[in-house]
Amino acid sequence: MGTIYELGAPGRRGTSLPPLGRPEEEILSFIPEGLRRKAPPWLPEVSQPELVRHYTRLSRMNYGVDTGFYPLGSCTMKYNPKLHEELARLPGFSGLHPLLPEEDVQGALGVLWELSQYLKGIAGMPGITLQPAAGAHGELTGMLLFKRYFEDRGELEKRRKILLPDSAHGTNPASATMAGFKVVSIPSDDRGMVDLSALKAALGEDVAGIMLTVPNTLGIFEEDILEITQLVHEAGGLCYFDGANLNAYLGRARPGDMGADVFHFNLHKTFSTPHGGGGPGAGPLAVSEPLVPYLPVPQIVRKGDRYALDWDRPKSIGRVHPYLGNFLVIVKALAYILLLGDEGLREVSAGAVLAANYLKERLKKTYKLPYDRLCKHEFVLSGAGLGEGIRTLDIAKRLIDYGFHPPTIYFPLIVKEALMIEPTETEPKEVLDAFCQAMEKIAREAKESPELLREAPHNAPVRRLDEARAVRQPILREPRT
Amino acid sequence: MIPKDLKYTKDHEWAKLEDGKVRVGITHHAQKELGDIVFVELPEVGRAVSKGEQVATVESVKAVGEVYAPVSGEVIEKNDELESSPELVNKDPYGKGWLFVLKMGNPAELDELLDAAAYEKLVGGEG
Repeated sequence: MGTIYELGAPGRRGTSLPPLGRPEEEILSFIPEGLRRKAPPWLPEVSQPELVRHYTRLSRMNYGVDTGFYPLGSCTMKYNPKLHEELARLPGFSGLHPLLPEEDVQGALGVLWELSQYLKGIAGMPGITLQPAAGAHGELTGMLLFKRYFEDRGELEKRRKILLPDSAHGTNPASATMAGFKVVSIPSDDRGMVDLSALKAALGEDVAGIMLTVPNTLGIFEEDILEITQLVHEAGGLCYFDGANLNAYLGRARPGDMGADVFHFNLHKTFSTPHGGGGPGAGPLAVSEPLVPYLPVPQIVRKGDRYALDWDRPKSIGRVHPYLGNFLVIVKALAYILLLGDEGLREVSAGAVLAANYLKERLKKTYKLPYDRLCKHEFVLSGAGLGEGIRTLDIAKRLIDYGFHPPTIYFPLIVKEALMIEPTETEPKEVLDAFCQAMEKIAREAKESPELLREAPHNAPVRRLDEARAVRQPILREPRT
Repeated sequence: MIPKDLKYTKDHEWAKLEDGKVRVGITHHAQKELGDIVFVELPEVGRAVSKGEQVATVESVKAVGEVYAPVSGEVIEKNDELESSPELVNKDPYGKGWLFVLKMGNPAELDELLDAAAYEKLVGGEG
């Protein structure tokens, strides 16, 4: 199907506007000569039914968590309660302007302050900022906090290295590099955890700290976490925890107790605000006591029953967001916490871990499971050896034919032909069983009729896409006809 | 199909001695594992690199592979053709898909690399 520009006809309109109430020259006089368009903008010229049908058709070709199971590893694609949307649309929230004076937005500041208290409690850490707009933004902010901390201590010149396990999230090395650190990779051992001897060998006075994903991208909890953070601290370094996988231990363990100095939340993952397509993310950052002075300004403080913005923080790294964060995302996260309560949040992690282990135990009978341990919220299978010439990409594409969103594939890199599956806690057992049946059927097809996999998807709106050409020759703009 | 006249690293680079200089690329096995390569980032000519240092990246549709210097030396040439045709690394990894050439600092380092037989053992027959 074509784009909206290929529909309609010159001069066709979807709405009729009233005539201008003032002469065109007068209106134009508000716009400096140099900023005026020489020609009208190129806009689609379609009728209203054409417009509505076009976008309705597109929406029906889309796949989302509201249409089906979405076991995309490390992304926590849980179902998003619709009440969140309703609350975020309350005019008192959605109609706010971010530059309103403090005294006019006491309720909104209260929301920010209240969520801050809950998140500090969940992290077990004393400081927080809600400003980062997503996980990787939180990582970069965290790395800037590391920098300012060492700068303040006069150690930044020598502490240039950030250690990263090879099972870390892909954005971690990018964030450390962007902040000006040099990344050193730490291998995993045969348990799929940080190799302690390699860590000890890498630690020294030139190390600023470590970035850990807990549990790691194999879905395995670092059993030596206390020793790891202690070793890093003894070497004078700091510990960053990537919180993308918080769904694995929400309400059951606290990164602060494990030795984290900086911990980022993905509100769009763990707190269901939602993730992808449905709006922006939010990546609040909790910090340990020594890093509190460096947090971004302004900090939201409560004085009696009033809230205020505290700008008087001379050691702050400054602000990392034009305003106070992605506010409506924050509203949804607070709603999630309040709706579930203490016990409900603990059930989230229990359900996520149970679902992942249920799938893992069944699917390991059909697929290779290179790291066979009790997993947390996700696990990683290998698609290798399933059939002659069959690769994980073929399995993923065939899953689309069976109505499932494919898992994350080819990540983490330490598993050959990786299939990283994260079911989340919101799927009923029937859905998990149906997914297993599809995976088992695909494994049979790989042996009996491999061309079914190699040519998949057969039933999707588009067939196998040329991913290499899409990257080599990207067409990012509709060519004007 | 592992060329006998090359040296190899366990990170799947190959190195070819050409009178005092070393031409470097990634092996057939490496390009096959990576899949369709869409972007290659090469070191600047004149850069001094030490053995094991990350000097280039090879990006495919599914992963980003890091290329490490098999020996120490100075980068004296890079394969600019890969900028417009990164697929050469897939099509001809031991030929037109070479990455860069190093002027060697310490020729003895070449002896520390794997020979074809040892590399073949590492990757189980497919080079």
